[in-house]
Amino acid sequence: MATTLILNEDQELLRDTAREFVQSKSPVKEMRRLRDARDADGFSRALWKEAAELGWAGIPFAEEYGGAGMGYAELGVVLEELGRTLAPTPILSTVVLAGSAVQLAGSAAQREAILRGICDGSRILALAHQETPRFSAYRCATRAEKTASGWRITGKKLFVLDGAAADTLVVVARVSGGESDRDGLGLFLVSATQKGVAVARTTLIDGRNAAQLAFDGVELNADAALGAAGAAADVLDQVFDRGAAALASEMMGGIQEAYDRTLAYLKTRDQFGVKIGTFQALKHRAADWFCEVELTRGIVLDALRAIDAGSRDAAKLVAVAKARASDVFMQTGEEGVQMHGGIGMTDEEDIGLFLKRARASEQTLGDGSYHRDRFARLSGY
Amino acid sequence: MADLETFRSEVRSWLEANCPPEMRKPLRLGDELVWGGRREKFSAPDSKLWLERVAGKGWTTPTWPKECGGAGLGGAEARVLSSEMRAFGCRPALVSFGITMLGPVVLQYGTDAQKRQFLPPIARGEIRWCQGYSEPGAGSDLASLQCAAVRDGDHYVVNGQKIWTSEAHLSDWIFCLVRTKKDGPKHDGISFILIDMDQPGVTATPIVLISGASAFCQTFFDNVRVPAANRIGEENAGWTIAKRLLQHEREMLSEPGGGSVGSKAKKRTLAEWARESLGASEGALPDAELRERIARVEMDQLAYNASLRRSADAAKAGRGPGPETSMFKLVLSELNKRRADVRVRIAGVQGLGWIGEGFEQADLEATRLWLGSKAESIAGGTSEVQRNIIAKRVLGLPD
Repeated sequence: MATTLILNEDQELLRDTAREFVQSKSPVKEMRRLRDARDADGFSRALWKEAAELGWAGIPFAEEYGGAGMGYAELGVVLEELGRTLAPTPILSTVVLAGSAVQLAGSAAQREAILRGICDGSRILALAHQETPRFSAYRCATRAEKTASGWRITGKKLFVLDGAAADTLVVVARVSGGESDRDGLGLFLVSATQKGVAVARTTLIDGRNAAQLAFDGVELNADAALGAAGAAADVLDQVFDRGAAALASEMMGGIQEAYDRTLAYLKTRDQFGVKIGTFQALKHRAADWFCEVELTRGIVLDALRAIDAGSRDAAKLVAVAKARASDVFMQTGEEGVQMHGGIGMTDEEDIGLFLKRARASEQTLGDGSYHRDRFARLSGY
Repeated sequence: MADLETFRSEVRSWLEANCPPEMRKPLRLGDELVWGGRREKFSAPDSKLWLERVAGKGWTTPTWPKECGGAGLGGAEARVLSSEMRAFGCRPALVSFGITMLGPVVLQYGTDAQKRQFLPPIARGEIRWCQGYSEPGAGSDLASLQCAAVRDGDHYVVNGQKIWTSEAHLSDWIFCLVRTKKDGPKHDGISFILIDMDQPGVTATPIVLISGASAFCQTFFDNVRVPAANRIGEENAGWTIAKRLLQHEREMLSEPGGGSVGSKAKKRTLAEWARESLGASEGALPDAELRERIARVEMDQLAYNASLRRSADAAKAGRGPGPETSMFKLVLSELNKRRADVRVRIAGVQGLGWIGEGFEQADLEATRLWLGSKAESIAGGTSEVQRNIIAKRVLGLPD
């Protein structure tokens, strides 16, 4: 029987637990505190440890590594709650992106060495992939040369999420072929403290951080390769699908929260002696916006379940979900600020934080335009 | 669950034995769906037999009580029935506004006598119904309607005009909103009555639309006598019933393939049409904007499908209907308009043909469909009215 697009009882329980935890331990003001303190990690390691104790860091991993053996439907439930308060955690970088790469491509020894540390919250990993300002799945100029003892990595990476906090980097590097070829890519495990690795933390509009990395002839042993060097694209496709679907869930939380707050504002703000929500110009925009929010929720749930089912359509559904989440979160941020009027322009009012997170998450792992192009390609046109 | 599986296997063996082979084939050009009624021609072979067999089981209206012509099935059984019919590729035995719109409100608001009188002929497809709601001066502001019904003993005398009465010239009866009180708030003087159109004083004239089709009529009533027993609900309490019926109409219009009658053959995708029209046999379509428009339509359709399934899943779990249901009509009609528009853009100048030589039949049809699609965001409540409804009922925004 096909899975349903509503939450089952276990998932509802997970949502309730997650909501209580996030609302009490990481409300929006916690995100503000980390931002204003210029926290080195950009998230709280103590809180991440607590979240891991609740089992969140191990949701998609097998029980033999200390995971929960659940799926992306469950991970999405947690991410949506994190998105509601803009709570920064390394869940996307560590669990979804780098964790999936290890889970999908790693040898038994590599999985054993890394996944347990992810599940218990003690390890932070990052996927070093992107090199160009706009996301591209296979474009990679960073080279991995074969040496007598293993590999030598040379190149630069951009926008490595949690790259300044990670103890280990999963680096995409080219073993062969031209800069944009799908073939010839490899994945390599690199310690952040390895000689030749330079990490520069950047500060982003949403208060989170990403690193710019440089690899200057970094020498690796042969066992640093994750999976068959040269054939990483198949793994990357799945990693990016999971990443985009998981991020779309987090974005759904941000969309819903910013939408709910703006709707509440329309019902309380007085101008011209009436609530501004009485104006049809705003009512119709709110109604259209509601439709977009609901449609996004439907396709995000569908995409998560397609990933869990290993469905052939998963990649297409993920493209729809991430394109939609990107566009609708941006619409939400823009409409949210506009409908809040002058107060929406202030740092004190939270709505602007949602606009900034919308922009950052839109650009992460491909925006609407990227995913429409991907959808068309996957559909054969 | 075991009972449901038993029911499923019963349905399968019944369909195997009773669904004529012709009725398991997709509609061909020239085949019409069966709308029933006194003027039904049963153009497709065996469609009459198929209707009689399905109606004999009560399966044209499976969830209606048996005494009303239904089969008294529960929701889960009805879903099994419809999924098995789909799996068999069965054509619908009967499509009918009597089933989708009128029946549910007669069941809810009618007397026992009215249920016995009106529902079984609907279920058997003997009476074709049309809808008498809009008037020339009462469109989106439906409650301002003026078609008058004046009480005369145990009858009403009806005078006035209805417009956009779908297929009135082919229909037998009309369910009609009439004004039974002239003073006071406009919503409080409306009654819901059923009128036999086969009598002096009733005239239906088709209206030619921009698409060239004439599916809608103007219907005139000139001193038409209607038994008071044909009124559903209390006098002057028709507005509640009218709104309930509109909900059923919106649900019907937002079902997959609802509203405009479904395809007659396997459709080519927009991308396939574009490939042919642009002469591009492979790779990314060379017109980037057209390609993006196509992708947007297809992607929005997938999001719509997922949301519709989510709503159905919630209903099955006893949690429906949620607020999202009110968006389906708005979203689908706007989406269908966009799809029809993209299809005609793809055809370029070959999408400008009206009739005759020099054009592919498929392009001619696509162009008519594009023009016809403009009605989707007008009929059954304009998109603007839908937005008002969502703002008020779902979002709770103040008046």
